Amino acid sequence: MNAYWRFLIKKALITILTIFVTLTANFFIFRIMPGDPAKLLLNDPRLKKENIELVKKQLGLDKPLWQQYLIYMKESFKGNFGISFVHNVPVSQIIAQRLPQTLLLLSVAIAISTVVGIAVGAICGWKRGSKLDATLLTASLISYMVPTFWIGIVLLMVFSLWLGWFPVGGITTIGGGAGIPRWLDVLKHMFLPTVALVLWYAGEYVILMRGSMLDVMKEDYILTAKAKGLRSLTILKDHAVRNALLPVVTLIALNIGWMVGGCIEVEVVFSWPGMGKLIYDAVLKRDYPVLQGCFVIITITVILANLIADLIYGYIDPRIRRGTM
Amino acid sequence: MKKLKGFIKELLSNRYGLAGVIILVPYVILAIFAPFLTPYGPYEMGGLKEVLLPPCKEHILGTDDMGRDVWSQLVYGARVSMTVGFLAAAFGVLLGTFVGLLAGFYGGVVDEVLMRITDMFLVMPTLPLMIVLAAVLGPSIWNIILVIAVTGWPGTARVIRSQVLSVKERPFFEAAVCIGEGDLGLMFFEVLPCVLPIVFAESVLWVADAIYSEAVLSFLGLGDPTHISWGMMLNFAFSSGVMARAWWWVYPPGMSIAFVVLGFTFIGSAINEIVSPKYKEV
Repeated sequence: MNAYWRFLIKKALITILTIFVTLTANFFIFRIMPGDPAKLLLNDPRLKKENIELVKKQLGLDKPLWQQYLIYMKESFKGNFGISFVHNVPVSQIIAQRLPQTLLLLSVAIAISTVVGIAVGAICGWKRGSKLDATLLTASLISYMVPTFWIGIVLLMVFSLWLGWFPVGGITTIGGGAGIPRWLDVLKHMFLPTVALVLWYAGEYVILMRGSMLDVMKEDYILTAKAKGLRSLTILKDHAVRNALLPVVTLIALNIGWMVGGCIEVEVVFSWPGMGKLIYDAVLKRDYPVLQGCFVIITITVILANLIADLIYGYIDPRIRRGTM
Repeated sequence: MKKLKGFIKELLSNRYGLAGVIILVPYVILAIFAPFLTPYGPYEMGGLKEVLLPPCKEHILGTDDMGRDVWSQLVYGARVSMTVGFLAAAFGVLLGTFVGLLAGFYGGVVDEVLMRITDMFLVMPTLPLMIVLAAVLGPSIWNIILVIAVTGWPGTARVIRSQVLSVKERPFFEAAVCIGEGDLGLMFFEVLPCVLPIVFAESVLWVADAIYSEAVLSFLGLGDPTHISWGMMLNFAFSSGVMARAWWWVYPPGMSIAFVVLGFTFIGSAINEIVSPKYKEV
């Protein structure tokens, strides 16, 4: 069998196992821990009468634990995560509404910060030791270390509350029309959350890309290129950056779990109606079914994103394809 | 003692180490001497006239929406944030070191199983996992510490494992095996001392992570309301709805989190730099 296929199957198996473990952990976290939230699921006064019977049947609470577990697994695979206490509608329905909003914010922020981070990191690595390098690196370190939610709060205070340039939160203005004006309105709402996220992500990418550039610059082929008398811009573009990119792009993909964390922080600050805000509200209102559903969906999405990153990396890097690593 | 002096000297001669120490010393002093440096208790509420006061003589960092002194909260917050950071890092690193030691030492099936478990934890998004655990366990400072430690050990386990593997390649290890030392002796008296410097560096980097995590969890309302930390101050400010009128309430805690995280990261990287080359020479 081809080594890449073996690599692929191994990764896929681990992914399936991880998803399985996540679902199992989710089941036990909410049943065995103190306070027994499973009982809370039934006794919550906010749950409507007709839904109580439904939940009882869905959770199989009259059956032994192992049967509850099997029922839970079956329902999870069908995408059924119970009924929200607060909204009294299926959790999956709420998540389906919120997930696209998070993906929109996340993908725009990742795209911008990848470009910015890689460009700045390449410049830093190329001009290493210079004043420019030191300044840009320090700025990146700071923007990476400052808490993302706090950057969000400061942006919100300055640009929305004091200067009034941007809306205070949400995704659209109520009654904002349709078509192009609506999209412009969304863009305006998206601007500050995106800036907050980009400041954090890009800070990390700069540090990664700079490190990768420093490794590459030590390679013999850079010396060869210089000896051949190639223009430095050509060396930078075609020899250094291209080779430095690979590990960085992989790390970006593998870091998706962290990015989701930043997204939760920012969504809360800007009341962006995505998964992060949903989790926050669920925590505040002790809406356990929603919390569980969000946890499972986010974790599985991140696990799958990691798998895809691994596969792409394996495909790009011939060493993995040939099984030498 | 002499070793410690030499180490401190080396740390201070490292550019990042020095910067880290300069940043952290004031905060550590604040945390230790909190009761002597604060004119008010962190929960002491003021009268109606003392609500949302800007910085003045009586309140050098002003007051919050309940008339509580922001400076006092900030100083006591240093205590809470750093205690949580240290304890969570200690537990997390302990667990990670233990797993890494076992996996690297025994290899084979043990290694395979432990590392697969580690990998599983590594791909899980940390913040959602922490939020769920903290929400179910309930708001207490010990639960926060537990939650941070539980989600953070895998990184350390990986680092320690690779170090253990390289220690096993060295001649002195083979010698110890040859004179018939048992598994436990080999693990704790031969391998562990060699990886301790790396464990130390990991712990310091970890404190930075743990302080950040605590801040985020507290900001999201999952903190312990009986211990005001910097994250919780920001949570109060944010949910009060009047933060736009009180910059003195918002800037100090956020900047403190950033500084302390930066300080620990600097020192951790400096220690990494200091111990790595030596470690190779041993």
